[in-house]
Amino acid sequence: MSEVIATNQTILVVGGGISGMTAALEAAECGKQVILVEKNPSLGGRVSQLYKYFPKLCHPKCGLEINLRRIKANRNLRVMAMTEVTSISGDAGNYSVTLKTAPRYVNENCTSCGDCGNAVEAEFDDEYNYGLGKRKGAYRPFNQAYPERFVLDPAIIGTDDAEKAKAACKYDAIDLDMTEAETTITVGAIIWATGWKPYDAGKIQPYGYDRYQNVITSVEFERMLDPHGPTGGKILRPSDGKEAKDVAFIQCAGSRDMNHLKHCSRICCMASLKQTTYLREQYGDDAKGTVYYIDIRAIDRIDDFYQKVQNDSNITFTKSKVASITEDKETGNPVLHGVDTEGYHRYSNPHELVVLAIGMEPSVPADGFPMEVVLNEEGFVELDEANGAFFAAGCSSDALDVNRAVQSATASALRAIQVVNKVAGAEG
Amino acid sequence: MSNYNQEMIDKYRGNFLKEVQDNVEEGDWVKMCMQCGVCSGSCPLGPHWDHPPQEIFMMIRAGKREEVLESTSMWMCTSCYNCIARCPRGLPITHIMHGLATYSKRLGLAPQQQPTAKFAQLFWDNLTKKGRVNELKLGLSLYFMNGIGEGIKTSLKMKDIGLNMLKTKRMSPMEYFGGHSCKDTKGFQAMLKKAQELEEARIGKSGS
Repeated sequence: MSEVIATNQTILVVGGGISGMTAALEAAECGKQVILVEKNPSLGGRVSQLYKYFPKLCHPKCGLEINLRRIKANRNLRVMAMTEVTSISGDAGNYSVTLKTAPRYVNENCTSCGDCGNAVEAEFDDEYNYGLGKRKGAYRPFNQAYPERFVLDPAIIGTDDAEKAKAACKYDAIDLDMTEAETTITVGAIIWATGWKPYDAGKIQPYGYDRYQNVITSVEFERMLDPHGPTGGKILRPSDGKEAKDVAFIQCAGSRDMNHLKHCSRICCMASLKQTTYLREQYGDDAKGTVYYIDIRAIDRIDDFYQKVQNDSNITFTKSKVASITEDKETGNPVLHGVDTEGYHRYSNPHELVVLAIGMEPSVPADGFPMEVVLNEEGFVELDEANGAFFAAGCSSDALDVNRAVQSATASALRAIQVVNKVAGAEG
Repeated sequence: MSNYNQEMIDKYRGNFLKEVQDNVEEGDWVKMCMQCGVCSGSCPLGPHWDHPPQEIFMMIRAGKREEVLESTSMWMCTSCYNCIARCPRGLPITHIMHGLATYSKRLGLAPQQQPTAKFAQLFWDNLTKKGRVNELKLGLSLYFMNGIGEGIKTSLKMKDIGLNMLKTKRMSPMEYFGGHSCKDTKGFQAMLKKAQELEEARIGKSGS
C-alpha cells in the first residue's frame, strides 16, 4: 500500500455511509485534504441497502452513484476501505490517529470479473442482505461496491478455496500473503460518522423474532424488494416462500421502551408507511397492510405521505402496542395479541408476515470509542466542547433519517473546516 | 368509613388524578402511562376484567372516581408481573392495581361480592385472631364463603384431598377447636393496633 500522507490540516472522516461520504465530499470539495476510512470492504453503508427512501420514493442507488462519481473525481479525497480507527490521541488541530487495515487479499489489479467467486465453493451469510441470502467466500459486497474490487473472506484463507480463487484469477490480483497493516497519521479534525445498527430484534422476547420465521425486521423487508436481492424483489414468507399479501407492521419495536432503547428512532414510522406502498405496488388490490402503532410520528412534510397512506382503504391502522406474538402451527401465520386503545377491544389477529419496525442504536457501543468522548444517555455523540475537534455526523449523533443525516454531515464538515483553517492560519 | 370517603371527595373536588397520586401506592406513576396497551394485552386474566389497566389509567385521568374505585377490575390482578415486565415506561402496574384496591377498601367503596376482596378479608380475620393462619378454618370459610349449599358441595368435592391431608399429617382436625397460636397473642394484637394507629395518622384519617 502506498504511504498515507496526512498533516494537521487533514480532516479524517470515519465511516463511509451516507453521512461520512457527504461530510468527506463537502470538505474535499472545499479544497481540504480528507481521508475517508470505512471498516467494510465497500462504501455505501445502510442507505445502500434500502430499496427506496421516503418521502419521494426514489432509489438510493441513484444518490450513491452521484456520490461515488464525486469521490472518484476528487483528488483531495482518499478512501481507505476495510480500515478501522484503533486509537486517537492529541487535541484539536493535532491528533495522532492509528488505523488498522484488514487484509483484502485482492490487490488493485482486480477487474471485478468474478472468476474467483465462481471458483470458490464456500458460502457465508450475506451481510449486505442481513443474512437473508448467501454469498461466496470470494465476493463483491454488492453491485455498486466501491472500491470496485472483490474481497476474500478471511475464513477461506489457508483452505483449498483460497488456492482455487488464486488459480482462477487471470490478472494476478489475488495476494494471499497480505497481512493486517497499521498506519499512524496526523490529522487536524475528526468527523465521526460510524452510523447506526438495527436493534437486536431477538431481545424483544414477546415478538418471537428468534422463534418464528415469518417475523422479520424492517431492514430485512427492505432487502426483499431489491430486484437483485435474496427473493428477486418479491415479498415472500421466509417459512414457505409463499407470497405474503397480508402484512402487519409493528411500530416502536425496540424503541421508546425502558426495556430496550429509550429514544424514539424517528425513522421507523416513515419506514413502515413507505413499506405499505411496496406492498400495494406489488399486490395491488390483494394487498392488505395493518400498522400497529402507539402514535405515528410523521413530521412536517412527511405528514402528507401519512395522509396518503391513511386514505388507502387496503391499509388499516390499529392504535395498540402489540403485547405478544404466537404462531399458528398449521398455517405458519404469526398471530398478534393485544388490546387496542380506541375502544379497548381485545384482538388476536393472524397475518401472513410480520415486519418489526426496528429501532436504531449507535453502531459503536459506549465503551468502544478510541478516545474519551462525551455521549448522551443513549450512546449518541454529544456536540460538546470537551470533544475538541471530534465531531459526530449523521446517526452517530442521533437517530436521524437520510435527509437529516446529510444536514448533520454538512454541519460537521463545516465545523471540521473551521478547525483546519485555524491551524492553517496559525502556521501561516 | 364513608366519612373518610366524603372527606376525600371534599378535599380533592374532582381532581381524581391528584387524589390517586397522593393516596394510592405508586399512584404517582399513573400520569406516565402513554396508552400503548401492552399491559392489557399481556394480562392472562385480561378478558375477565371490566376495565383493563390501560383503561383504568385513562379513567383516573378522566376523573371517573366512582367507576374506578367501585370497579372489580383491580381485584382481578393475580400479580403475575407480565405487565410490569413489558411496560415500555416502567410503570409498576401490579403495585398500582393493589394500591387502588387497598384505597377503595379504605374508602369503603370496594365491591362487596368480589371473591378476591372477600377472601382477603377472610384471610385477615383468620390471621389476626391468633397470629397464625388456621388453614383448616380458612379452607372451610373459603368453601362456605358463598353460602351453605355451595359450601357443602365444595367440601364434598374436596373431601379426598382433605382426608389425604389428614392422613399425611398436613392438616390436623384439632385445629378446628381453637388451633395453634403465636407465643404472645396479646402482644401481637397490640402491635397490630399500634400499626393501625400509625397508618391512620399517616393518611390523616380522623376518628373511626
